Amino acid sequence: MLAYFVRRILTMVPTLIAISFIVFVIIQLPPGDYLETLIAELEAQGESVDPQRIDFLREQYGLDRPFLEQYAHWAFGLLQGDMGYSFEYEQPVADVIGDRLWLTMVVAVASIVFIYVVSFPIGIYSAVRQYSTGDYVLSFIGFLGLATPNFLLALVLMWLANSWFGTSISGLMDPKYLDQPWSWAKVGSVLEHLWIPVVVIGTSGTAAMIRRLRANLLDELERQYVVTARAKGVSNLKLLFKYPLRLAINPFIADIGSLLPAVISGAAIVSVVLDLNTTGQMLVSALQSQDMYLAGSFLMFQALLVVIGVFLSDLALAALDPRIRLEGKAFK
Amino acid sequence: MVGLLTIEDLRISFDLPQGRLDAVRGVSFSVPDGGTVALVGESGSGKSVITQAILGILPRPASISGGRILFNDPKNGVEAIDIAQLDRDGAAMRAIRGARISIIFQEPMTALSPVHTVGNQIGEALELHRGVSGPEGREIVADMLRMVGFPDPERAIRTYPFELSGGLRQRAVIAMALICRPSLMIADEPTTALDVTIQAQILKLIRDLQQELGMAMLLITHDLGVVANVAEEVVVLYRGEVMESGEVDDIFRDPRHPYLRALLKAVPRFNMGRDERLVPLREIEHEGPSQLLAAKEAWPEDADPDLPLLKVESVSKSFSIRKSGWFGSSAEKEVLAVDDVSFTIARGECLGLVGESGCGKTTLSKIILRALTPDNGRVLFSDRGQELDVHQLDNHALTEFRTRIQFVFQDPYGSLNPRMTVYDIISEPLVIHEVGDEASRREMVKELMRVVGLDIRFLNRYPHSFSGGQRQRIGIARALALKPDLLICDEPVSALDVSIQAQILNLLKDLRRELGLTYLFVSHNLAVVDYIADRIAVMCRGRLVELAPRDLLFSGPIHPYTRALLAAVPEPSLEHRLDFAHLMDERASDPAGWPAPFTINGAAHPRLVDLGEGHFVRADPNRGPIRAAA
Repeated sequence: MLAYFVRRILTMVPTLIAISFIVFVIIQLPPGDYLETLIAELEAQGESVDPQRIDFLREQYGLDRPFLEQYAHWAFGLLQGDMGYSFEYEQPVADVIGDRLWLTMVVAVASIVFIYVVSFPIGIYSAVRQYSTGDYVLSFIGFLGLATPNFLLALVLMWLANSWFGTSISGLMDPKYLDQPWSWAKVGSVLEHLWIPVVVIGTSGTAAMIRRLRANLLDELERQYVVTARAKGVSNLKLLFKYPLRLAINPFIADIGSLLPAVISGAAIVSVVLDLNTTGQMLVSALQSQDMYLAGSFLMFQALLVVIGVFLSDLALAALDPRIRLEGKAFK
Repeated sequence: MVGLLTIEDLRISFDLPQGRLDAVRGVSFSVPDGGTVALVGESGSGKSVITQAILGILPRPASISGGRILFNDPKNGVEAIDIAQLDRDGAAMRAIRGARISIIFQEPMTALSPVHTVGNQIGEALELHRGVSGPEGREIVADMLRMVGFPDPERAIRTYPFELSGGLRQRAVIAMALICRPSLMIADEPTTALDVTIQAQILKLIRDLQQELGMAMLLITHDLGVVANVAEEVVVLYRGEVMESGEVDDIFRDPRHPYLRALLKAVPRFNMGRDERLVPLREIEHEGPSQLLAAKEAWPEDADPDLPLLKVESVSKSFSIRKSGWFGSSAEKEVLAVDDVSFTIARGECLGLVGESGCGKTTLSKIILRALTPDNGRVLFSDRGQELDVHQLDNHALTEFRTRIQFVFQDPYGSLNPRMTVYDIISEPLVIHEVGDEASRREMVKELMRVVGLDIRFLNRYPHSFSGGQRQRIGIARALALKPDLLICDEPVSALDVSIQAQILNLLKDLRRELGLTYLFVSHNLAVVDYIADRIAVMCRGRLVELAPRDLLFSGPIHPYTRALLAAVPEPSLEHRLDFAHLMDERASDPAGWPAPFTINGAAHPRLVDLGEGHFVRADPNRGPIRAAA
């Protein structure tokens, strides 16, 4: 188990290096760079551009260097915690991002917890009581959640929250706490606002998860070992939790890795609608204006989250399933 | 006197969307205390449903619609309990289930949960019914595991089912069923999924334990050989009704009911006459030699007609098992799947290839098909007198060769695409090889359907509407479509019921004669091979250990492995019962454990020795006399 753990951590390193390279290639892909976009913008507004200033900036930011050198500079900077400099905001990326990374993580983690907490009991119920009224009702609601566009749900919930609880429209906290230092009141305000994006982002994931868990569990419920256990005289509830659920849960755990990116990319649209100060909105604008270091940092951050998510789900799987732990690689 | 378990006029029906189905229609029998009763029948006869009713684990759509199941537990003394009246999931039923009546299932792999240790699963019933757990429970579990023959019970408690071999897994399942010392054990096809040598060991184990623990056994099986060797009383079921029941002697010596008599005639036995045919319950009507199929390309003038159709020359194949190391994986262990195998098959002959699971039979047949490449050796195929090295062929010659050898698979369910109609399935080889046009293909497919005895009106149906035997016939029709010379049949009847098995074997026999086919017939069932093959090759651990014409092999087997194999086959007759006292243990299939001159280990690598009359055996004549050792 320890060897597996260490090996898994070591394989994360080349993965992250490869991702960082791909990320850098992608943010460099559009023709031109930030300065050219800036020049075009300024000229469109009829302002003159000082070529000397542009050259100075280009040299300052290293935009005239070869591609690989720029990449190496950026990558080594990342290692030391230096995420580079945002052209658009004219401050270091770390300052621009500020609390956003943490807020994004809070929203993402809360959404995943929401998905699991809601879909787990519902999935079990619909499988065990297959084709019952409850199963049909829950499945219907699930499909409704899957089919409703996120932004619509966001707007509806926002309106409901405002008219029922008086929660301020949009944002992840009351406007008065913006740019304030963290305090318990601010945390409270975040919690008050958090549930709307969490529900909005989590709904479609929940519906999909319920379907998956139900299908998996239905498969397992028919298995021979379940009959064997019943023939031993195990009571129904204990049987369900000890045997079929234990095996049906594998995809549930394996999904952590794939849920994270889905939740985060879903959050981008929702954050625009809800005006959340998470990363989504800023990432979109950074990509538009070719603010490469800012965009690159966001993308790397998300990639890191996914890699960690997959790592965690692999560890959990190995801990739960002896077949993965003991058989190691499949052989042929 | 009332027996331990008395079933009176039991009726069980299923509520299905299509309507009500009566699976069991008024069955009565009884199991005496300490006795062994065999419930015999084909699939669909209702035998499994009856056991489920006894245990109260009927599937949801099924319900007991009449009759009584009286369980007269000696431990309870006083009064018999009617299980049919109990609530399925109630406490009273759960107290009987697993404690007083327990069950052994057919598939040891699926009957155990893969994510719980053996000790956990065995100890569960103990904890539930006797409240014993912790170190004390472990002690009892270890004792039980020792009793069923685990060499190291302490270690076995901590292992997971997938770490055990098939035989050990079934032993663990038996330990699980017996841990609470029930008074009735139900064995539902306990040995069907096992190899023949292991089957004999498990049968012996079950019998010994039954005597030791003094319990009664209800044995569910379709294998009359097992019945003859283990049971005291027999109940024959057909379509949910008892056809005949009585003492095992009466049943075998004097079968009364036509169904039972027919069933006994459908089972292949050793020492059947050369021309004796199996009589299936329902004979398939199939059309004789067909014009389209029999028409083969003419041979070139200078062809040698005496050339063997297939020559396998010292073929070896090994697989490497990857062990995961610190960084990724590194190849570590080489497993020799096929080791220096040579044989020939003459034109028109049927060679039987016998061996236990994992002995390399399937790998070998895949090498012949060129689905796998051997590490060493050659496969030579005579195409109309012209010798082809199968593994040197390329492009056009290879495509051409593919039509010469066809394959009939074991599993009639998995080998037909459920989304293709029968017409599409049978015509697919013709389409792939661009044989004829649409109209001639349709003619050919109709012809093939008639040849395997299927109605041509079924052509537009999908595989799910056919029974296992019919599906296997579709598979055979598909294999015949390209007019091959050689058919490789990989356990074509092992998934089928006895009476269906007889149908398919007879069909294969007739086709071979009518179409001049050559077979390589792979099977683990010696009686089946005896019925269909001319010569038999015995494989063990990737090596060919004995090869002989079938009469010679059965009358005078020489190799210790062949002898162990023959001794382990339960025959459906009372005259040749298994000699449980002299069963070979698991070393019978270990080449290092064979006595000289047959030993194969680091120092000795015997080769096949010709004993005359086409009888070959793998032995080293320098290390001792071969015949005397036998």
